[in-house]
Amino acid sequence: MRSACLVVALWLGAVLLPGACAYADAFSGLGSARPDEMLGAISTLAVSGDPQAGTVLRALGERHLFAAPDGGLYIRQGETCVDARTGQPVATVPDGLKPVRLNNRIRTALAGAQASMALLAPQAETRLKAADALYARHDPAMVPTLEHALSVEKDAAVRTRLMQARAATILAQPAQQDTQDQRLEAVRSLAAVGGLEARGILAGVAQSDAEAPQVRHAAQAAVSSMDWHLRAWSVAQNAFYGLSYGSVLLLAATGLAITFGVMGVINMAHGEMMMIGAYVTWMVQQAIRVSVPALEPVAILVAIPVAFVVCGGMGVLIERGLIRFLYGRPLETLLATWGLSLILQQAVRSIFGPTNIAVQTPAWLSGSVAVGGMDITLNRLAILVFAALVLGGLMLVLRRTPLGLQMRAVTQNRRMAALMGIRTPRVDALAFGLGAGLAGLAGVAVSQIDNVSPNLGQSYIIDSFMVVVFGGVGNLWGTLAAAMALGMGGKVLEPAIGAVSAKIAILVLVILYIQRHPRGMFPVRGRGVES
Amino acid sequence: MNPFSVHGPRNLRGVIWMAVAVVVVAGGLAMASLLPEGSPFHASAFVVSLAGKYLAYAMLALSVDLVWGFAGILTLGHAAFFALGGYAMGMYLMREIGARGVYGNASLPDFMIFLSWKSLPWYWWGSEHFAWAALLVVAVPGLLAGVFGWLAFRSRVSGVYLSIITQALTYALMLAFFQNGLGFGGNNGLTDFKDILGADLHAPLTRAVLLVVTGVLLAASLLAARFVVASRFGHLLVAVRDAENRTRFLGYRPDQVKLLVWVFSAMVAGLGGALYVTQVGIINPGEFAPANSIESVIWVAVGGRGTLCGAVLGAILVNLGKTLFTAWLPEFWLYGLGFLFIGTTLFLPQGIMGLLRHVRKPPAEEVTPEVSDTQGGEA
Repeated sequence: MRSACLVVALWLGAVLLPGACAYADAFSGLGSARPDEMLGAISTLAVSGDPQAGTVLRALGERHLFAAPDGGLYIRQGETCVDARTGQPVATVPDGLKPVRLNNRIRTALAGAQASMALLAPQAETRLKAADALYARHDPAMVPTLEHALSVEKDAAVRTRLMQARAATILAQPAQQDTQDQRLEAVRSLAAVGGLEARGILAGVAQSDAEAPQVRHAAQAAVSSMDWHLRAWSVAQNAFYGLSYGSVLLLAATGLAITFGVMGVINMAHGEMMMIGAYVTWMVQQAIRVSVPALEPVAILVAIPVAFVVCGGMGVLIERGLIRFLYGRPLETLLATWGLSLILQQAVRSIFGPTNIAVQTPAWLSGSVAVGGMDITLNRLAILVFAALVLGGLMLVLRRTPLGLQMRAVTQNRRMAALMGIRTPRVDALAFGLGAGLAGLAGVAVSQIDNVSPNLGQSYIIDSFMVVVFGGVGNLWGTLAAAMALGMGGKVLEPAIGAVSAKIAILVLVILYIQRHPRGMFPVRGRGVES
Repeated sequence: MNPFSVHGPRNLRGVIWMAVAVVVVAGGLAMASLLPEGSPFHASAFVVSLAGKYLAYAMLALSVDLVWGFAGILTLGHAAFFALGGYAMGMYLMREIGARGVYGNASLPDFMIFLSWKSLPWYWWGSEHFAWAALLVVAVPGLLAGVFGWLAFRSRVSGVYLSIITQALTYALMLAFFQNGLGFGGNNGLTDFKDILGADLHAPLTRAVLLVVTGVLLAASLLAARFVVASRFGHLLVAVRDAENRTRFLGYRPDQVKLLVWVFSAMVAGLGGALYVTQVGIINPGEFAPANSIESVIWVAVGGRGTLCGAVLGAILVNLGKTLFTAWLPEFWLYGLGFLFIGTTLFLPQGIMGLLRHVRKPPAEEVTPEVSDTQGGEA
């Protein structure tokens, strides 16, 4: 501080007594060949409040600062030169410019000076960022700077961060007897911050022999409690991933479960319906971008009903044109729908090309929120909510509408339902359409988290089958439980044995489970159900 | 309800004709490949290995027909047994390379050195002996089928459920074999083979002999399959297919009947896989892909389910079509295959053999006693 005042006084003097020296200001030391003078100049400039100070220091760090023999300082910007003091371009570049040399000591001082300048910047955001940087650096030399910044800081958030930065910095200094209390306080402050960085510093303190026992114990306690938190959060994070994957599986499998429940057929082209749903999303986005660009952020919402209608319509067509001829031959239906899936894949490949297409994720669905120690990505969260809404809607359709009643009746006993006057062919067609429409919805959801290519359906179909056979048919709760169990199971096993092994383990577990419960977790019971 | 005869393939003569035809064609091609290159009847190495591939696929189709046509089990995972047989043979061929690999290590295959493994894992022990490999070719698929089938049939998993879990089985195996750590070459699988039993795999004579062996083994499997389905056991099998509960109530054990034919079928598939590897020269995890298994089902459907001959015919015809199609119009092959699936199930439920029978005899005689069960929908 004192030297700063001195330099300011000198600078005033220089202004008041023009001609005493060509450049007797805070800048002139920068051109000096003596490191001490340079160091002094740097710290002076940092607190000078001169509008050019930041620019000059940055230029120095980037080695763009040049000194003229007469003490003039210039910043080279490509071909042109700028006078460092005024920021004005100079017409003629003076002769004999020499780059201002840096050594490690000067570089350290320069970084500190820049940080302390940022700490005193007028914008709170800049100050916060500077405090973050100092927290990460925990350079012992910065303690005075931090204390000074703390003494003038008013903003609460910045103050907290500064105190944490100071705590980290204090702990980074070697331990001394008389600083015990200060260090103990710093340990507490850091323990409150959490995070890997703080854990690293505290672990260092906990193992250090030079540390006073109570400081060491406090650090040890802090580290172990932090570890527990980190583990808990990572479990929570995995659970979220599991829920998210489970909700995707749920969306993909409900349609499959409905067609299997009502008609006893497995639709091997179900994955392709998902794929088409994703392509419909893309087409809707393109159409809206061309016609009504203002609506682009909500294109995905428009795509939801469109995909449902398109895929549902295709489903009805498939049932009327193909499946109904194979009634009573579920295994042949399986083969025919497999053939259909090959045709649909190839058709999409011919029309849209074999490569991935770029489905946009709207701004309100991108990014993530941090909840404690876990990251909740917004698109996955949205899919979770979407799956819940779809499931709720489907429950309503099945429980509260005539179609739902008829579908449940046909699921339980087809012949009896037909005798009661239910037009089973119509129910079949609508159920198949509903299943395909649900696949379309799943496609919209998947387009937000996965690559959209003609092969999209293939990557989900086997997992969806697993959900259906695991959960049993004709019961949405079974599908829900199975989807979540498989989604969570995979993600829980993943950290321990790896992604692929987790998948294999899940498949094997489901295969074994089916041996014990051949009709899934929630089998349909009753007289009408065949053996 | 069921379009198939309760007696299995009636015409022993047809099966014998087919077996003879397979051997004659394989033998003829083999001899043609030994002719000098200028000769008009010369068959190139490409044609010979293609023919060998078709015949190996025909064995897979035969094994699928055994379980689908005669036991009513629609398997969507039979390519797993085929690939396991292939890997068992591939292990032996890998060891035959010996010190001629890139790294010149006599006891470790190249990919293990690449993974810096120090010694062979236990399941590779003995793989340098052909006899052991030949045993593994049928034993490994048979064992897996035995465990899987015992669990599945005992708890009466059937119909679509069984189809789905067979698909899950092959999918799980595919994922596992893609792992480098499993010790089967990961992504690349086993390849770069040099010798079999000391004979150069690239020599025309070796290839010709392999083709003949494949033809003979296919013919033998065909006759063996025919023997199985025409025996008392075969009648029981058809009874289980058409009316499982009724058979059970008569005091038979459908689960054991199914298990036996399932294991036998897996062994035939494994043998097919072994012959495939020797002639194609590579086996990789792609062979486990569920799509392959489903394709082998369509071969059977095209040829005619439950006829044995039809499976062989279907496999050869569809694969011939695939080869030609992918050469002329590569992007249309999937359309062709897709329409083949749909067309066969819709319009040709008894396949080519059904069509032939239809042409030879008036349809009125085709009516077989309707056997239906309480389990209406299960075909």
